[in-house]
Amino acid sequence: MIPMPALLQITGPTTEPHFGVWLVATLVKLIVVFVLYMLGAALFTLAERKVSAWMQDRHGPNRVGKGWLQPIADGLKNFVKEETYPAAANLPLFILAPALSFVPAFITWAVIPFAAPWGSRWGVIEMVLAPMPVGFLFILAFSSMGVYGIVIAGWSSNNKYALLGGLRSSAQMISYEIAMGMSTIPVLLLAGNVSMAKIVNQQAFETWNVLNLTVAFFIFLIAAFAETNRLPFDLPEAEQELIAGYHTEYSAMKFALFFIAEYCNMLTASALMATLFFGGWDIPFTLWDNVAPHTGLKTLLTFCAFASKTLFFVFFFMWIRWTLPRFRYDQLMSLGWKFLLPLSLGYIVAVATTVLALDAFGFARGSVPFHTGLILMNLAAVVILFYIVDRGRLISPASSRLNRRDLDKLRAVSAPHPAPRVPESGD
Amino acid sequence: MSIGVKVVHRPIDEVSYVRATLGGLKRTLRHIFEEKVTTQYPEERESISKRWRGTHRMLTTEDGKAKCVACGLCPSVCPANCIKLVPGEDEQGNRYPLVFEIDEFRCIFCGYCQEVCPEEAIHLGRHYENAEYSREGFVYDLERLMAQTHPVCEMWDPADPRGE
Repeated sequence: MIPMPALLQITGPTTEPHFGVWLVATLVKLIVVFVLYMLGAALFTLAERKVSAWMQDRHGPNRVGKGWLQPIADGLKNFVKEETYPAAANLPLFILAPALSFVPAFITWAVIPFAAPWGSRWGVIEMVLAPMPVGFLFILAFSSMGVYGIVIAGWSSNNKYALLGGLRSSAQMISYEIAMGMSTIPVLLLAGNVSMAKIVNQQAFETWNVLNLTVAFFIFLIAAFAETNRLPFDLPEAEQELIAGYHTEYSAMKFALFFIAEYCNMLTASALMATLFFGGWDIPFTLWDNVAPHTGLKTLLTFCAFASKTLFFVFFFMWIRWTLPRFRYDQLMSLGWKFLLPLSLGYIVAVATTVLALDAFGFARGSVPFHTGLILMNLAAVVILFYIVDRGRLISPASSRLNRRDLDKLRAVSAPHPAPRVPESGD
Repeated sequence: MSIGVKVVHRPIDEVSYVRATLGGLKRTLRHIFEEKVTTQYPEERESISKRWRGTHRMLTTEDGKAKCVACGLCPSVCPANCIKLVPGEDEQGNRYPLVFEIDEFRCIFCGYCQEVCPEEAIHLGRHYENAEYSREGFVYDLERLMAQTHPVCEMWDPADPRGE
């Protein structure tokens, strides 16, 4: 067992706050986080339209309150619109589905630490809603719940496009769930813990995981795009093929809930990327924010650091959306199963081997040689990976040549079958 | 390949997904900071040609009467049959229009009425915002045609074909 660096323990709560203080603090945090989160999701609809407009040399919404009140106008519109219920829909599930797709994204937020703990007059208050020791497992469990909302929406609508969208989404999310989970194992290997606070601390006192585990970060990034059903992986709602996919039959606020759920998922995925790979609320190049005394100023500044990291990834989601065209369905599946999954498994082995080897050479965890070794291994992996990916065989393009075996298989399938023998009539 | 599909082997920098993605990201990012091309319509307007043929306008004489003498040339030349003219005559024997209506909904804005008019009374205008709530609203009577104030369309001049 490797002894924990003494520095790590500094950030732990030194004095347990009184139960009443804890209760009040948690309630306040709940309300603040909820309000910020909902406000963020609303503003992201505006941000997306603005970013898309700018990327297309347009201005974007600028009428309602110079554009800033556009989300409110949209919300009002959605509230007063007519709700339509398809005659053949399964009503209870039809009504339940939007909530089901929205809630898991929101619950995940509970375990993400968003600022340094605040050493208030009444004791140290953790800046996380639920400082769970199994935070990361909680996230893995809940991020896979989001698929229920979409599948149930697709099924209960009783519409072929909605059903196809729901099926696609379930296949896609389950496929990328695996790659996503696997890509985070190296993070846990380095942190030696599944508590989000420990993961953040480990990065704050050592190096950010994006330097140590760039390949894992890329896998997580791609899987996050697939998990949130964002372009280039928005096949569940591919307009050209499926009209609007799983929310074809939804109108008014129920449709808006799916929309909000998408932005909430985006926000959560961005926060996860920031926390797991970019040091969470850590301010780079300084340990000032990570050690006691925990003042309010530190809490505020670290929250700003966390918010800027998260918002960058939200912007990145939008940036990618307006850059890349949608993948074909088979490309999506083969990317997930044939490329990302083996890659993440191989990377776990590589990281585990490197860590073991570095331990065996006697380099302490968190020391400079340990991380130099890790970064060198990571650099080699990135170079090799990008050399392979650059060869253009990552996803099969429409123009690619079939190999001989596949061609023979296809020919065998399409060959005319011998006509079935018609049984002769008795007499 | 016996099925005769032509396979092009392109160099890697043309088919690489990674390089294309990075190039695309660079391009979209650059466009964020570029000048916007939108015309903010109700506040700013694009300038329209002097020969723009839009909503009609009936010119008036100094004493405020329509210049029209109800000769009947415009309804006969109108290819869309959108002009309704009922001529009248006063005590001095001057013809004037009793009814003069143009259905802007039927009109194809060809400009023949302006070209054929001997009194330079009916004109097309440099104006295009003529939305209405009903079909009846598009039928402009004489008063309404005379009340229009927008600049009129200039006819094509063979001596100056580019309008300079």
